[in-house]
Amino acid sequence: MYSIGRARSSRAPRAASLGAGAATILGARSRRTAPPRMEATLKIPSVTGIDVELRIAGPGGRSYAFIIDWHIRVLAALAWMITSAFLYSGSIDAIGSADANPFDVGLIVVLPAAVIYLLYHPVLEVLMRGRTPGKRMAGVRIVKRDGGVPGIGPLLVRNLFRLVDSLPFLYIVGLVTTMLTKQCVRIGDIAAGTLLVYDQGDADAFDNAPSRGGVERLGLERAELVRDLIARWPELRQEARAELARRLLEREGAVPEGLGDDELRERLEQLLR
Amino acid sequence: MNKTSRWLEDRLPVWRDVAAKLDAVERGRAAAPDDVVKVIGAYPEIARDLAVARREAPRGPLTRRLEQIYLELHRSIFRSPSNWRRDLAWLFVRDAAEIAGSLRWHIVWVTALFFASASAGAWLINQYPELVGLFASEAMIEQVQSGRLWTEGLLNVVPSSLLAVQIFTNNIIVSLFAVVVGIFYGLGTVYIIGMNGMMLGAVFSYTAQHGLAERLFEFVAAHGFVELSVIMVAGACGVSLGEALARPGRETRLQAFQRASMRAAKLMVVCCTFLVGAGLIEGYVSPNPAYSLAMRLYIGIGYLALFVIVLSGALGRLPRRAE
Repeated sequence: MYSIGRARSSRAPRAASLGAGAATILGARSRRTAPPRMEATLKIPSVTGIDVELRIAGPGGRSYAFIIDWHIRVLAALAWMITSAFLYSGSIDAIGSADANPFDVGLIVVLPAAVIYLLYHPVLEVLMRGRTPGKRMAGVRIVKRDGGVPGIGPLLVRNLFRLVDSLPFLYIVGLVTTMLTKQCVRIGDIAAGTLLVYDQGDADAFDNAPSRGGVERLGLERAELVRDLIARWPELRQEARAELARRLLEREGAVPEGLGDDELRERLEQLLR
Repeated sequence: MNKTSRWLEDRLPVWRDVAAKLDAVERGRAAAPDDVVKVIGAYPEIARDLAVARREAPRGPLTRRLEQIYLELHRSIFRSPSNWRRDLAWLFVRDAAEIAGSLRWHIVWVTALFFASASAGAWLINQYPELVGLFASEAMIEQVQSGRLWTEGLLNVVPSSLLAVQIFTNNIIVSLFAVVVGIFYGLGTVYIIGMNGMMLGAVFSYTAQHGLAERLFEFVAAHGFVELSVIMVAGACGVSLGEALARPGRETRLQAFQRASMRAAKLMVVCCTFLVGAGLIEGYVSPNPAYSLAMRLYIGIGYLALFVIVLSGALGRLPRRAE
């Protein structure tokens, strides 16, 4: 049976860390800056005895995905309206003009735009197997409570209950429900038996695997950490990346004092060769 | 070369290959049978690799990617087979009838509530005609007072196609709303059914006072039977949601609610399909004076018979009889 629990996670702030692995390796100072917090997880057992835990998306992750999707569907509906109006009458202004046939405008311009807006979620969630473009960008996906991909039925139920979740306006009911429930689910998810979880894999991880030399010198975990730090070098603040680089180099017996930003990066790259 | 680096070097090409084949399998028809067999065979291998990766780098990107592939393999292998075309056909032929059968008493009670509300609405307007403003718009009332139905000349105002689309969209939304507000222990559904019943009774009573009830019946005859029947079924689904929450029986509330929701959704797929048909009839037939009352009744009762045939399961029994 699957189980839903709360896992202790000590994730340091993004700007100052490379995730949970970095916090463990770099020791107490990182842990002080990132107090442990409880995180809802979905544990999926398997016949091989190797279980997988998925992090359940909270109200923040869900709202982020929804806002992206909302923008996409509004823009898609608007794009249809503008394009069809232009093709129909040669001008966008013609929609509102007295000469425009309101029936044609309704059937050609407004109705398909409404269909795009209203059917965006149910259709794309079915076609993309529990995802939408917004969910993909936010790194979340819909799964059943056993971790499986939901079928058409649960996805339709989930979308049917948007009528309640969106009450009284701006998805207040849905938002409050996600805040109050342990699995951060809205009523549609409760009815359909679905959850929103984070997609935790990086598709490029195999291509970016550390080199043989790096693994031999540092071990797999530290080699990955160093490679990750190099990959995220431009995203991190200069002080943060310098501190992380110094600590990693110190652990490998290097003396990184007095080295500049570029030299630190060069030393890290040397570790992986 | 140490053991970990050798292991990584050996296994990386395998993982890439499994990921590519899994992707092809998940995309469907293009997958070769050999690829499917390889993907299934890779499941225990990836499990073993994941165990090693967790030991070597518990939270590293490689481990997370392996977890992702392992999970995809797990989902792919253990998901139940699905064929949406067959499932959809069975929904109309068999499942809808089973669900409707299990909800028959809910349908009876909701129908009784609807007609009781309609009677109450009709009595209310019969006794206090000035209250018709509670149920009808000012424009509708003025037209009835001038001896005309608001439906007359509708085709001069809106073309059939647009009218049909407007009607069935509105009806589908109302029906679905009647279902989902059942989450408030069924009270939301009871309110919607009660209000719709009162409105129908009140409007018929008011038109009867102005000698227009027959013309109104003529207008609704072609589409109204199925439309009302769908509202009853939607109401029954909504009430069953409320019942699942109020008295879940041997199941937990969550299980009962999920089962009732799934059942309602399946039945509403069938009902909404019929609402599209009813909308087309209402857009093309009902406002068209060329159709006589007999013709309208023929269409309305025929369409209702089709609806009853589907919900009674008669379609599913046909092949067995043929055998």
